[in-house]
Amino acid sequence: MKIQFTLNGKKTEAQIRPDTTLYELVRQLGCLSVKCGCETSNCGLCTVFFNGTPVLSCSMLAARADGGRVETLEGLQAEAEEIGAFVAGQGAEQCGFCNPGMIMNMIAMFRELPDPTDQEIREYLAGNLCRCSGYEGQMRAVKEFMKYKAQKEESGKEAKV
Amino acid sequence: MLTIREYVKAESLAEAYELNQKRSNRVIGGMLWLRLGSGNVNKAIDLSGLGLEGIEENDEEFSIGAMTTLRQLELHEGLNRYTGGAVRECVRHIVGVQFRNLATVGGSIYGRFGFSDVLTMFLALDCQVELYKGGILPLETFAAAPRDRDVLVRIHVKKRPAKAAYLSMRNNSTDFPVLTCAAVCLDGAWQAAIGARPGRAVLIRDQEQLLSGTPTFEETKAFAGYVQEHLTTGSNMRASAEYRKTIAGVLVRRACMQTGGM
Amino acid sequence: MRYVNQPVIKSDAMALVTGKPVYMDDIAPRDCLVVKLLRSPHAHALIEDISVDKALLVPGIEAVFTYRDVPQERFTLAGQTYPEPSPYDRLILDRRLRYVGDPVAIVAGRDEACVEKAMKLIKVTYQVLQPVLDPHEALDGEILVHPEENWKALCPVGADNKRNLCASARDEMGDVDQVLADCDVVVDQVYRTKANQQAMMETFRTYTYMDHNGRLNIVSSTQIVFHVRRIIANALGIPKSRIRVTKPRIGGGFGAKQTSVSEVYPAFVTWKTGKPAKIIFTREESMTASSPRHAMELHVRMGADRDGKLRAIDVYTLSNTGAYGEHGPTTVGLSGHKSIPLYHDLEAYRFAYDVVYTNRMSAGAYRGYGATQGTFAVETAANELAAKLGMDPVAFRLKNMVRQGDVMPAYYGETATSCALDRCLLRAKELMGWDEKYPCRDMGNGKVRSVGVAMTMQGSGISGVDVGSATLKLNDAGFYTLLIGSADMGTGCDTILAQIAAECLDCDLDLITVRAADTDTSPYDSGSYASSTTYVTGKAVEQACEKMRQKITESGAAMLGCPADQAEFDGSVVKNLADGSQVTLAEIGWKSQSGFSGDLEVTVTHSSPVSPPPYMVGMAEIELDKETGSVQVINYVGVVDCGTPINSNLARVQTEGGIGQGIGMALFEDVQYTPAGKVRENSFMQYKIPNRMDVGNITVDFESSYEQTGPFGAKSIGEVVINTPCPAIAHAVYNACGCWFRELPITPEKILMKMIDNPENP
Repeated sequence: MKIQFTLNGKKTEAQIRPDTTLYELVRQLGCLSVKCGCETSNCGLCTVFFNGTPVLSCSMLAARADGGRVETLEGLQAEAEEIGAFVAGQGAEQCGFCNPGMIMNMIAMFRELPDPTDQEIREYLAGNLCRCSGYEGQMRAVKEFMKYKAQKEESGKEAKV
Repeated sequence: MLTIREYVKAESLAEAYELNQKRSNRVIGGMLWLRLGSGNVNKAIDLSGLGLEGIEENDEEFSIGAMTTLRQLELHEGLNRYTGGAVRECVRHIVGVQFRNLATVGGSIYGRFGFSDVLTMFLALDCQVELYKGGILPLETFAAAPRDRDVLVRIHVKKRPAKAAYLSMRNNSTDFPVLTCAAVCLDGAWQAAIGARPGRAVLIRDQEQLLSGTPTFEETKAFAGYVQEHLTTGSNMRASAEYRKTIAGVLVRRACMQTGGM
Repeated sequence: MRYVNQPVIKSDAMALVTGKPVYMDDIAPRDCLVVKLLRSPHAHALIEDISVDKALLVPGIEAVFTYRDVPQERFTLAGQTYPEPSPYDRLILDRRLRYVGDPVAIVAGRDEACVEKAMKLIKVTYQVLQPVLDPHEALDGEILVHPEENWKALCPVGADNKRNLCASARDEMGDVDQVLADCDVVVDQVYRTKANQQAMMETFRTYTYMDHNGRLNIVSSTQIVFHVRRIIANALGIPKSRIRVTKPRIGGGFGAKQTSVSEVYPAFVTWKTGKPAKIIFTREESMTASSPRHAMELHVRMGADRDGKLRAIDVYTLSNTGAYGEHGPTTVGLSGHKSIPLYHDLEAYRFAYDVVYTNRMSAGAYRGYGATQGTFAVETAANELAAKLGMDPVAFRLKNMVRQGDVMPAYYGETATSCALDRCLLRAKELMGWDEKYPCRDMGNGKVRSVGVAMTMQGSGISGVDVGSATLKLNDAGFYTLLIGSADMGTGCDTILAQIAAECLDCDLDLITVRAADTDTSPYDSGSYASSTTYVTGKAVEQACEKMRQKITESGAAMLGCPADQAEFDGSVVKNLADGSQVTLAEIGWKSQSGFSGDLEVTVTHSSPVSPPPYMVGMAEIELDKETGSVQVINYVGVVDCGTPINSNLARVQTEGGIGQGIGMALFEDVQYTPAGKVRENSFMQYKIPNRMDVGNITVDFESSYEQTGPFGAKSIGEVVINTPCPAIAHAVYNACGCWFRELPITPEKILMKMIDNPENP
């Protein structure tokens, strides 16, 4: 079957099987940042945005993306670099395989919760498994990023004044 | 991985129902665990174009469309005000935000899975399911019935004076529950739903009126004992029947003590 | 120092966080044959008949191979130095199937769909045999896992396939029975650990192709490129000279990829068909047909004087290697050799072990490599002993722990040349607030907060065996290329080795380009395992830099027309000390490419006769719900002596990550088998690794000793960090509820049911 959707801002047409997952499709279309770590919807590696919300692309039929809007880290490079630099700054990226999904979800979190508490951060990102880092360095990265963001906003305000 | 021959985005509930009468066809909800299945589906019936996502609230009830996601439940202010945050508590341990953005209320309720937190929660409220063909019936009846080929449209949560609390026991914070427990006081009458027994959730009413409106510790203990007595538990790889029965008393007692809401 | 002990950002970090296509499946050609394995549904069976005719007819199917098609020489998949201690007990495909998941057939085709279809059409008649799952029953039992005559052990490890014995040995000092009989207080208990999964996020995967020279190229997510070359040569029966192995970025290993789990299958397909092929293990395959930790049962006896002086330790380990012997004979050694030496001045010790074959999934290498199991047992026994003595377990350890300068008879007689374990313990005590928190505090509502402690040691490479090499080249414009054979699996060793080089060469870090792990071009390296890379390969880098400086000085001096001993190289210029004239490194680089016949290239190969242990103390603070048995880790403090941390960030994250894995092992990473021998925890749905709500706050600090034999005083850190959570958490649970838990994982159900059975312990 044929579907039409927006992939990273670009109108895209694709010929798919009815059981093609969104994960398979975006990888076929060259979005190789999207990874798969399980078959059971547990790991969060395949996180993409569908109509602006983070979802597990391995668990969503590509057919349902018809007419919708899909974003992967390929389409969010500026944000990925901005947040990612703080993860890298802690050495918390480690093997990196879970990073695209986690960074996607971090971006989603900050869109939804501008100033999350520690508990909110842990809960929002709980569906992003990482076996390397013990999560502590990622937490430091998120908090450092929040400080940086607050400073940026502060100086933005000052500039306006 | 499940193989699907054809994908049909239903244009009406009638069409969805019609298609679903064939055993080889299947309604898809949140689509989770697609890759776990190994069967063949002839037509996958997608309900996502029927306006069934979302929660409507009026003075009498909350009307929750079958395609509402668990994340929408989690974030819905009215529902959480009404239940003292119990609804949020019942979904927040389910895998992760990305999972809950896909998983639907309809999928959870229709599936009647033993481990379902959502079924446990709604079972304890005054809740009805609306089926396309079968019409409106109490969730308790639906929960106990075998699966058939009807289409779940929405669920209705009646607004009655209620206090609620939800607790679950898990071996790991986002794992399937070892036991779920929703305690609700509706118009002064108490009941507790217990799920992940590991069988489907069941509702146990305080028929002996062991609990008062603002229960004491002793009262909650007595009701906890009553629930344990009337509860059947089983064993699976996560826990034994005996352990489940033991903690059922603890969860019921604690839930009754901490109920909050309207 | 400019780069050593600095939080340098990994050279690949930004590529990883922005999702660049750098892993195996991102770079494999799109037209690769898809390879999948039909696996045994039985724990023990013989293939009576297998028919692949129908499968071959499926459109798109390229080849189907069965046991009839493969070479009949046995080999091992263990990534170890030749001659491997692991027995040669495998075939690519065997008629005898030894665990649920053992490969029955290799299927290769155009795409996944046709391969899956073909797999369903292979007709197999099995003669189902009785499996042996229990290691006690396996030892000298009637059911043999490896009855075959061509099974062989290359090393004298005490193996005997006719006894299901993969290895057996004994090491002792003094008369342990006599000393224990004379002790005032003795602990005598049995401890059990499970076959935990490394659960790296990227499953096992490999792609293979033939190159223009007719050589088999293997691109694999592996920690051991050179060992894979030998393993493939053995398995396929082809010359090593026909094989090249490289690795892309690796999505985690933790030892899993120190066994050649996935490489042989696509390699065989490509060798036979000439076509590129790839295999990607599903998570289920990674959980059921891989290389997990050896499940062990450890019987520990420990005796002390009334005043708390430890006198003797006796450890007997029964290790279950499963269907095949990868790493069986060696992991078990660490269960005693890395646990007993934590305590000094023993009058006697004994360490004995048996490693047995069973019809379970074959075990392998997992971070800690036996030391994790041994530490759980011995450190829990130590805590039990302190409790029996009525002594604070911290005081007990301060009295008995190994100190710098001690000879460690149970650690191959090595001397603790660099040891800050005592400082680690004191620092951990301070960071935890041990004195205020020990043993427990009642929080009301049935909740108790309590603390627990454990210490540990590991090694830094395998002494006298592991080899690390570095090739350093000076290029035009004055930048360097550093070639190494070790494998950065996320640990950051490419960056760490570059830091060492930049420090030694007095240059900017970005003047060092690192190329790693290509068997055609890298100098030989055993691979990244056994906590060896920083210590062994790092030392090779340091030595290569020294030699390079000398060569640069000589070249510069020649250009300046002065003797080398009158010239000095400061990292950017060579100066004639007599007249102050100088040439820049860039000029020397250019000169080396024009009419030059010297060499500005150095290779150093290094091996260490010793394996200086890193040490660590871990302290856990938990909250135990006494009504449900639920345990939440509140705080975890880890203080490590890894010598000089070369990269302070990466050392910290290694520690946090190891603690996280240890917490999972302690509390919920379970492995259960059905009576028929099937693993129940076959996915992330059933095998629960910690998420970020499960680990609590982890605080890490370093108390560094200085190890003379390591680069800049460094030892290792990769493995030692996983060992303390199991015993520290078991101890905290005891301090909360009065019950000892000697089998992992310590689940809420085990805790609650034991508390109910032991009401005298409130």
